[in-house]
Amino acid sequence: MSMLRAIFSHPSGRIGGTIVVIYVVVAMLGMFGITPHNPLQQYRIDRLHAPSMVYWMGTDLFGRDVASRLMKGVGQSFLVGVSAVALASIAGTVLGLTAAWFGKAWDGIVMRVMDVLLAFPAILLALLIIAVAGPGTWTSVAAIAIVYMPIFTRVVRGPALSIKSREFVDAARTFGSSRRYILTHHLLLNLVAPLTVQVTLALAWSLLTEAGLSFLGLGTQPPSSSLGLMLADSRNLMETAPWLLIFPAITIMISILGFNLLGDALRDILDPKTRSRTA
Amino acid sequence: MSYLARRLLTFPLVMLGVSILVFVAIRMVPGDAITAMLGTEAGLLTSAQRAALAAYFGIDQPILVQYWKWLLGVFQGDLGISVTHGKPVLSIILERFPLTLQLALMSMCVALAVGLPAGIFAATRNEKLSDLGVRIFAMIGQSTPNFVVGLLLIYALSAGFGVLPTMGEFTPFLTDPLRNLGQMILPAVTLGFAFAASVTRISRSAMLDVLSDDYVRTARSKGVPKMSVIWRHALPNALIPVVTLSGVEFGYLLGGAVLVEQIYALPGLGRLVLEAILQRDYALVQGCVLFIAFNFLVVNLLVDLLYVTLDPRIRLGEGG
Repeated sequence: MSMLRAIFSHPSGRIGGTIVVIYVVVAMLGMFGITPHNPLQQYRIDRLHAPSMVYWMGTDLFGRDVASRLMKGVGQSFLVGVSAVALASIAGTVLGLTAAWFGKAWDGIVMRVMDVLLAFPAILLALLIIAVAGPGTWTSVAAIAIVYMPIFTRVVRGPALSIKSREFVDAARTFGSSRRYILTHHLLLNLVAPLTVQVTLALAWSLLTEAGLSFLGLGTQPPSSSLGLMLADSRNLMETAPWLLIFPAITIMISILGFNLLGDALRDILDPKTRSRTA
Repeated sequence: MSYLARRLLTFPLVMLGVSILVFVAIRMVPGDAITAMLGTEAGLLTSAQRAALAAYFGIDQPILVQYWKWLLGVFQGDLGISVTHGKPVLSIILERFPLTLQLALMSMCVALAVGLPAGIFAATRNEKLSDLGVRIFAMIGQSTPNFVVGLLLIYALSAGFGVLPTMGEFTPFLTDPLRNLGQMILPAVTLGFAFAASVTRISRSAMLDVLSDDYVRTARSKGVPKMSVIWRHALPNALIPVVTLSGVEFGYLLGGAVLVEQIYALPGLGRLVLEAILQRDYALVQGCVLFIAFNFLVVNLLVDLLYVTLDPRIRLGEGG
């Protein structure tokens, strides 16, 4: 509760937190199909209908309700983003913790592999993975997770190395605590703060990447809905039906902004040294 | 071992790792290489023809031998032949690379021209309304994907002024500089938008740090005019992180701005990778990815060297 209070008393946290809460609610509604219309239903008589009381955000070329498709798309992006970040954070944390704990050859192998993964511009590595595995929703999840995993590994390994040499860890060893207990209760618990910040920022980045991959036709495939796909479809119709472009574009911008603001606020709250230095 | 020596030593090792990853990844594509190369026509081959082709391309040999031969070829500039273009991969890449390089340079100019003054302006008006305005711009800029910026820009231009970006045949700079710049300016602004936001944030925070340093306070107390303190005393030191950020971002941009090149139909390196993936031209995918990763690593190495040169206080050998 004190964390929530801290977030909502921070200016960026208040705005970011509110956006994220609204985003998650919309995503849940979209995922469970609670939308104003069926997102796949084609109302052919109302093709390219401008926003109205019936179709809040208008309809597309096939007469499908844009608001419903947008909610479904938000749900899809959220599913991809959360799954990818969950995978990346779990794998990255395990690798970072074990690299710090076991050191020597294992540390060397893990960190060199991470160096290799970081040697690619992120979108390029994601494209390479999709080239191998073929386009699709779950390939996007895997691609985003693999691209982001090295960052989690680095975020965890550095602090874990310094915590490992602290006295309370030595004391725990002396008392006969098991390796798993020390890793999960002493090392991991002390890494919750940097991991929380990283997870929030990673979510912003994964929403951005998912939208980009879908825009290129390599992520979510039609007829499923995704914000990137909606933007790709809007390209040839933006002059006659600008609502096809405006609503998904604003949704992507605001959602990424929300996660970025929340991430910045969390960083300020959890690491007061950075306060007022970052814009 | 000094930081510099360690960086120079790890470079070839990471590059070797990159080559292994790219080589293995492409060989993990479902189906055999001949089918991938010939598509449905592979079904018409007899087993003898298939074996002859496998022997010709060397794919009947153990994977380690294949990798070694491929690596030797890479060192001699042989990245294979593109099935879709019917030309050596390296020559296709070198045809497309100048456009990507020009786009990256122009975006960097846009980002620095907008971001640097904005960051300095915000830092000198810390916590005032104008500072807040710049910070909001920077936050929105960083949160807007470049393809969204591109689409909104095209829409704003077409709806507001009735003009559309020139999408026809691309004109190289040396052929017709004016037409080329006309084609490149919108993509550069699109790519430079988020980059400018990053430059704004980093230059603001670096300037705030430097402005609170003792030597700046001393200069102020000696009565040095405010503008002189900002431009002559504070700015040179505040530029160090901006140079680093610009270098790293430049490395990313050299990787091909896939989405922006796609929106503006620019035949750059990013679009080449995308086309290669969609057409399943694996030799081209492999060559492009290797070439881009090499550029990215070289630029990052140069940025690190520049960082050490610019700030002699940095003793990266101890902590890095």
